[in-house]
Amino acid sequence: MTFDEAQGYVVLATLAAPLLTMLLLVFVPGSQKMAVRYISLVAGAIMFGLSIYIFTAYQVGDGHNDIQMQLRWTWVENVAFLRQDGITLNLGVDGISATLALLNGIVAFAGTLVSWKLDFRTKDFFILFWMLVAGVYGTFFSLDLFFWFFFYELAVVPLYLLIGVWGSTRKEYGALKLTLMLVGGSALIWIGIFATVHEAGLGTFDMRQLWAAGADGTLDPTFQKTFFPFMVIGCGVLAALWPFHTWSPDGHMSAPTAVSMVHAGVLMKLGAFGVIRLGIQLMPEGAEFWMPTLMALGVTGALYGATAALTQRDFKLISGYSSVSHMGYVLMGLATMNSIGVTGAVLQMFSHGVMTALVFLMIGALYDQAHTRDMKDFGGLAKVMPVWVIFYTMAGLANVGLPGLSGFTAEFHIFVGTFRAYPLAGALAILAAALAAAYMLRMFAIVFFGPLNPRWAGLKEMTPLEKVSGGLLIASMLAMGLYWAPFTDRIGASVTLLPGVTG
Amino acid sequence: MRDYSLFIPEFIAGGLAAAIIAAELFWPSIRRETLAYLTALAAVAWGVASLFYAGNDPESFQGLIQIDNFTTFFRLMGAGIVAVVALLSAQFLSGRTKTASEYYGLLLVAGCAMVYMASARELITAYIALELLSFCLYILVGYLKRDNLSSEASLKYILLGAFSSAIFLYGMSLIYGVTHSTYYDEIASSLASRSADTGQAAVVGFMLILAGVGFKVSAAPFQWWAPDAYEGAPLPVTAFLSTLSKAAGFALIIRLFTSALTPDAVEWRWAVAIVAGVTMTMGNLVAIQQTSMKRLIAYSSIGQVGYMLVVLAAIGWGDQEVGRNASTTLLLHLTGYVLSTLALFAALTAYFNRTGKDTITGMRGMAETQPFLAMVITVSLFSFAGLPFFAGFATKLFMFQASITGDLLWLVGLAVLNSFISLYYYLMVIRQMYLFNPEEGLTRFKVSPVLWATAGVLMLGVIFIGSYPAPAFEAAERATETLFEQGPSLEATAR
Repeated sequence: MTFDEAQGYVVLATLAAPLLTMLLLVFVPGSQKMAVRYISLVAGAIMFGLSIYIFTAYQVGDGHNDIQMQLRWTWVENVAFLRQDGITLNLGVDGISATLALLNGIVAFAGTLVSWKLDFRTKDFFILFWMLVAGVYGTFFSLDLFFWFFFYELAVVPLYLLIGVWGSTRKEYGALKLTLMLVGGSALIWIGIFATVHEAGLGTFDMRQLWAAGADGTLDPTFQKTFFPFMVIGCGVLAALWPFHTWSPDGHMSAPTAVSMVHAGVLMKLGAFGVIRLGIQLMPEGAEFWMPTLMALGVTGALYGATAALTQRDFKLISGYSSVSHMGYVLMGLATMNSIGVTGAVLQMFSHGVMTALVFLMIGALYDQAHTRDMKDFGGLAKVMPVWVIFYTMAGLANVGLPGLSGFTAEFHIFVGTFRAYPLAGALAILAAALAAAYMLRMFAIVFFGPLNPRWAGLKEMTPLEKVSGGLLIASMLAMGLYWAPFTDRIGASVTLLPGVTG
Repeated sequence: MRDYSLFIPEFIAGGLAAAIIAAELFWPSIRRETLAYLTALAAVAWGVASLFYAGNDPESFQGLIQIDNFTTFFRLMGAGIVAVVALLSAQFLSGRTKTASEYYGLLLVAGCAMVYMASARELITAYIALELLSFCLYILVGYLKRDNLSSEASLKYILLGAFSSAIFLYGMSLIYGVTHSTYYDEIASSLASRSADTGQAAVVGFMLILAGVGFKVSAAPFQWWAPDAYEGAPLPVTAFLSTLSKAAGFALIIRLFTSALTPDAVEWRWAVAIVAGVTMTMGNLVAIQQTSMKRLIAYSSIGQVGYMLVVLAAIGWGDQEVGRNASTTLLLHLTGYVLSTLALFAALTAYFNRTGKDTITGMRGMAETQPFLAMVITVSLFSFAGLPFFAGFATKLFMFQASITGDLLWLVGLAVLNSFISLYYYLMVIRQMYLFNPEEGLTRFKVSPVLWATAGVLMLGVIFIGSYPAPAFEAAERATETLFEQGPSLEATAR
């Protein structure tokens, strides 16, 4: 066994951990709520540790492969249309997925901590929660199209119940809308996969063989141009690509705190990750043809989300629209097709992930006590919940792009890339960033300062677990904001190898 | 050669069926549950006996009946379905009828009929097997004779079934007129070399045959009997209808179309593609409006038939390799579909035995009253919708992938969109179970251990096929390997 293969087992363990936790929880009696919580806490910590290991163990530099920690097992082959290596459980990471796996580890662990006080059908909640986390890990690690899609769908399955049962505010509507729109997007991806595997005619779902087929013209340019939109709109639904973003504000408004955190923090990144894997890598010709359109949609999304956030009163809707805006940046970064822009997009995925998870954590901490999220109801909260206000302010400032926090690093890369490729779009993106400052500061002014409404004099500070969880997220934001070399090295090394990406 | 040893498994099943029918005659005090378990044992014996034929060289009985891996595959499937349905019926039937032995005997006979639909290589034999199955089902659907709905369903089913049989026969006679034979291989060779002026008769014949089998598997626009029959039939018989009769129909279709009718595929394949598209769209759209769980399943299974017909279209549009691959994946998908459907009905029967409710709103709050059954139902429905870890995801993906040919991408696209639509009404059921509290007075209850275990084992089967389909997939491939070899190219030596 080579060292790389041995590390492959770490990747496998990271994927297996949530699945085994699910299985274990099935056999724990539902009344043993503390046991369920402790098992989940340990599992979350293990996954967090393994994710950190994968990120740090990923080697950059000469002599290192782009895809490392590979492990492959044959799953089905030589049956019917499947030939040698038809479908393999093929795991591995590149610089992009190593970074995103780290993000998933952080957010899932933070989400576990926050869900400690959840008391209604605790066991069922955590089973579904780990299913969601497993789906996300699997999508990041899979190098086989079948399993990629398998895990992509697996991440969507539990959302309906997670939101429908444990959510708030029009939860049935939000859950149904979200599920149907996401699965509708999956249907497009599904059609794209059928067409691609058929057209390539290799009898395999191995992504690397299919990528090669995309690069060497086995998938001819007309085909790529036809099916690129299927893949990118399909994934784009999950990445809140305007105009397919409408599930996002409603879904986030309804979801329970931990689910909002994982969903906005990590799951939406699966969509953008899909644009890289199934769009840029699988259909480079199609990408070249369609990227200007994606840029236009990304800019529209960024501006639209920011403008819409400016007029909302519900905290979660503000964050929901702000997510649309920030995911717009991600898509813009991808559409630049130059290495700095695409690197920025991946940085932004990470940055937005931790930042938005923190925002939803803060909202949850308030809503659990106040049972309202209407901004106009509040005022002067800095007087009763100072730590909460500081945490929220950090998240807000990262959102706005304050230097020293992760948002700045990411957005700076994206803006530079965009100015190089499409100067006009770059100018509009800066406008969107200014709008972000406006909606954030407006909210801060109304909620944090001013006279304290006596109705809220009894509000308590965050619980210790919430502080730990929030502290973890803030540390991640600071790490990327102050010392981004570990991130940019890993991401940049893989990004420059993407087909069609210029220097 | 008349080798009667080929039929030993059916001798066993048929003989035990006769014994079970006679049992109540000679031993009137026998418990009706005992009959059910005896039937399940008989089905197991039948399945074990048929295992001895697995992997053998194909053998033919007078060119009428072919015992090969394809037949073995359906023997095992039939035995499995009969065993499970017998278990489902045990508690359900005992409170509702005075006599039960005919019911259980007919289950076994219907299973045998399925085997001959799968193995027939001659039109008259296929027709007789089809009729045998239909007659068993007519009686089973109307078995609760004091229940008006059951009688009404049976009457509708008999009338429309007789009508469709007549259509099927008329199609057969036209094909016979064109080809001067009722043997599949001779039909194939005659069709390959038929003169141009027989074109119209052949096309009409194909269409009538398609309509006839379309009735049996409830493809649109011949599906009207299905929802009423499903709704009126006793719950376990509904399970039987939606698994065994569908699987049998497709066994006959695959054998007939791959070995007899492929040479003239140009003449019927467009109709199959249209029927497939209409069936899946109609089934899924109408399912949305249902309030009765049984009717919902009826329309959902019509949608599933639409997906499976895509394979038949692929046999028509593609070359032999595409046809074989697509047939293989169809068998795999059928396996997953049968497992999911039986798991669903095991849970529904257990719930119905306890609460007497079979509407969708009647399932309200099941996650509180019976979390295990709610989980089984959710797994089955997610499997139908094609979500990962459950059989439907892998099998449907393989089936559609194998069915793509240059001309059929649109149909596969339509099928994918349909399975997206289907998720909506499945979620509506899941919503009732998980998002609402149970009605007043309903608290947590236990279900009979037999049904509990049956549902659990079937659910594990659904998850197994979904997470590791290789064994079932390879079995399906072994089952289809003789389909095309016996086809048109070898017609001279086949008999």
